[in-house]
Amino acid sequence: MSSRESILAAVKANQPDSTALPDLSLFGTTEQGSLQKFAEVLGAIGGKIFHVSSYDEIAQTISLQYGDGVKIVSPLKEFKELRTENLDDLTSIHDLHDVDVAILKAHFGVAENGAVWITENEMVHRVLPFVTQHLAIVIDAKAIVPTMHQAYDKISNAVYGFGAFIAGPSKTADIEQSLVIGAHGPRSMAVFVLNDNPYSAEAIK
Amino acid sequence: MTVGLFIPCYVDQFYPGAAIATLQLLEKLGIDVVYPQNQTCCGQPMANSGFEHLTKGCNELFIDNFADFDYIVAPSGSCVLHVRDHLHDDKNPEAAKNISHKIYELTTFLTDVLKVKSLDAKFPHKVGMHQSCHGQRGLHISSMTELVAPEFSKPGSLLQMVSDIELVHLGRKDECCGFGGTFCVTEEAVSVKMGKDRVEDHLEHGAEYITGVDMSCLMHMESILKRQGSKVKVIHIAEILNGIG
Amino acid sequence: MEQTTKDHAELAQEFNRDEDRVDWHDETLWFIRAKRDKAAHNIPEWETLRETASQIKNNVLSNLHNYLQQFEQNAIANGVEVHWAADAAEHNQIVHRLINEANVVRMVKSKSMLTEECGLNEYLAKNGIEVIDSDLGERIVQLAEEPPSHIVLPCIHKKKEEIGEIFHKHLGIEAGISDPQFLTETARQHLREVFLTRKVALTGVNFAIAETGEFVVCTNEGNADMGAHLAEVHIASMGIEKLLPERKHLGVFLRLLTRSATGQPITTYSSHFKKPREGKKIHIIIVDNGRTVQLGRKDFRNSLKCIRCAACMNTCPVYRRSGGHSYHTAVAGPIGSILAPNLDMEKYADLPFASTLCGSCSNVCPVKIHIHDQLYKWRQVLVKAGYAPAAKKAGMQAMTWTLSSPALYHMAGKAGRWVLKHAPFAVNNKLNPWFKQRDMPTPPEQSFGEWYKQNGKKK
Repeated sequence: MSSRESILAAVKANQPDSTALPDLSLFGTTEQGSLQKFAEVLGAIGGKIFHVSSYDEIAQTISLQYGDGVKIVSPLKEFKELRTENLDDLTSIHDLHDVDVAILKAHFGVAENGAVWITENEMVHRVLPFVTQHLAIVIDAKAIVPTMHQAYDKISNAVYGFGAFIAGPSKTADIEQSLVIGAHGPRSMAVFVLNDNPYSAEAIK
Repeated sequence: MTVGLFIPCYVDQFYPGAAIATLQLLEKLGIDVVYPQNQTCCGQPMANSGFEHLTKGCNELFIDNFADFDYIVAPSGSCVLHVRDHLHDDKNPEAAKNISHKIYELTTFLTDVLKVKSLDAKFPHKVGMHQSCHGQRGLHISSMTELVAPEFSKPGSLLQMVSDIELVHLGRKDECCGFGGTFCVTEEAVSVKMGKDRVEDHLEHGAEYITGVDMSCLMHMESILKRQGSKVKVIHIAEILNGIG
Repeated sequence: MEQTTKDHAELAQEFNRDEDRVDWHDETLWFIRAKRDKAAHNIPEWETLRETASQIKNNVLSNLHNYLQQFEQNAIANGVEVHWAADAAEHNQIVHRLINEANVVRMVKSKSMLTEECGLNEYLAKNGIEVIDSDLGERIVQLAEEPPSHIVLPCIHKKKEEIGEIFHKHLGIEAGISDPQFLTETARQHLREVFLTRKVALTGVNFAIAETGEFVVCTNEGNADMGAHLAEVHIASMGIEKLLPERKHLGVFLRLLTRSATGQPITTYSSHFKKPREGKKIHIIIVDNGRTVQLGRKDFRNSLKCIRCAACMNTCPVYRRSGGHSYHTAVAGPIGSILAPNLDMEKYADLPFASTLCGSCSNVCPVKIHIHDQLYKWRQVLVKAGYAPAAKKAGMQAMTWTLSSPALYHMAGKAGRWVLKHAPFAVNNKLNPWFKQRDMPTPPEQSFGEWYKQNGKKK
């Protein structure tokens, strides 16, 4: 008998009588996620939020924030001018090792934990949001859900090869519980919230 | 109503004051209390050490002594929890089950059965309340810091009825004292350290007395206080509620 | 990483020789417990979430046979290769084979307690394969040649000065540096080089979804992603119990996991791996290693609900004061103490006794495993199976004999008090562990029983 068969046989022999799955609808809500809560939590986990009214404003903010001489990549056509390299010209993903700023679009944000949901299509390369020194995310102001339950309602049966919730910059507290931002992934994460109402591109936190 | 008084073995032998206070307090509240003199122990020391199978004699004796009372009350959360969870008798399963429903830790009996609203007691001292784990997490006599639930404390509400008492705040409200039955000798180093830390929390916050519903925890803390030469004393909650200040 | 022959009590005693260090360890972990409390109290429906998670996991265990096959089928359809390992040895052999097939001798690995349980690093090292652990804490203990002492915070037992010394010795930084920021940056540079040059990466699995065949890996550092997305071959090792029925169930578990673990609302990265990158490979190894035996133990099966958050360790007053290494097993603390005896009753017979049964572990458990009840039950099983230390057994039998007999009890009580009162040195000696650092109560003139005979109501 192969290990597969012996394991499955042992599981079948030893598993208890079937119990029912609980009802998740009690965590349901039709409420919109609060942008303010999202911003608060994101700030608390080391991210920065910018309320903007246009892609131009994002580009200006990024230029201002990171200055000249940095390697900026983005699959978004709105940043054609801003980007310093075209992701289409990449010969190997290892060439991404020195990216300074990656600007990516996320599907939505989650108010309770400050995370954004982003899938492979928007990353272009899976490693990009992890290998970049700084991560900039664009989301729609309306695309905030309250909790992870609504997040998965929204994801539903979406097809992706890879997807991730990303909540703030990479971090560790492995050394004496001292929080250090910038473990292996990005040293910062900025979320640009695209709003119909023009706000100044000022960081709340 | 006739209450059978169950006095844990180590209380009987080392802390008769707590037992006497329990008896007097119940009698003051108008209860007919009987102390069956052939009682010994609930069997917990053996069971918690993995020897539950040797507790048959203790179980039978317990049932013999207590089966006929309306209620059984003990000044201990730990022993009551053991009886509730583990008392069994293959020859007489009904009697065992019955007892597990009518046995009460003293303070819960006062708040839930007698519904005591006031006490004639005075204790003009600063007191630290130790939450004994078995009473708290096992019998739910107080809320627990781990759970997201409303705060309450049955022994705490009774202490509030005592005049002039000042309950001190603690840094860690419901951390274990490290007694743990035979744990106190088999894991000596950790047990002592837990006890020292628990005592320190009370001392730091100015307690003159440490009280609680379980004499075993108090005995453990007392053993450390004594070794340290501290003037701080332990006192079973029954003694405070009985009004001996 | 040698296996010790000392038991928990002896190792704990060694740990307690440095009381300041015990205080520091205790405070550090209590701080995490406090953060967990704060995070939990921010979610009004917290207890309902725990109950829901518990029910989902109960459903998983009771339908595991179906879910495993469903998961396998969907994973294969996603282009993932699925392997089955009956035990640690088979798991390690599969990993070794996959590394060989990739024609490499080096691998980068993110945190996987399963590979610790299987002794993968030692096995691969013996076979000439270099493994570099990429989680910062794990890298630190790996360089120190120690096992992790905590499943979420592997080097929580190390002080920053000691870590500075390790980095000085192994990573070439100047001596005397202890700034966590600097040390983390050093590891970042060192491991970036590793990520960029390894063709095989191994990760653990936090959750595997039967419905979709995808699996989720949670990290704060991003090390699992850096390894997996830069490698050609991604190996993911998972125990059979890691399954969840449907994707939507992740909503419940991702809300609970990190709040319970560190008090964060979610890990920085919750990565959902479904299909391999084009032209690359993902292998999933599904491991039993005793889990099906535990599944068959009625009293202990629900320990398999564990999601490895370590909340039970952080809250455990014993763990905080004895250190993770005192448990001499890959998963320490209360949960480790109910898992380990399943693997080897003789070797881990001490662990269920390394607890006061205070019950705090069960209260923080996000999937409501009744850990302290299982500790109690393991004690009964271990004693019956003959693994109780002989001295304890003899004492216990004498105690039973005395306590079952009222006459003997009253005699022993008198004798005991007489001894205490009149010859304290007879009991108060170095051989009695109570007296090393504690005193006995002052013996009263009479027991309550004796008092009652004189003063009690006459019947």
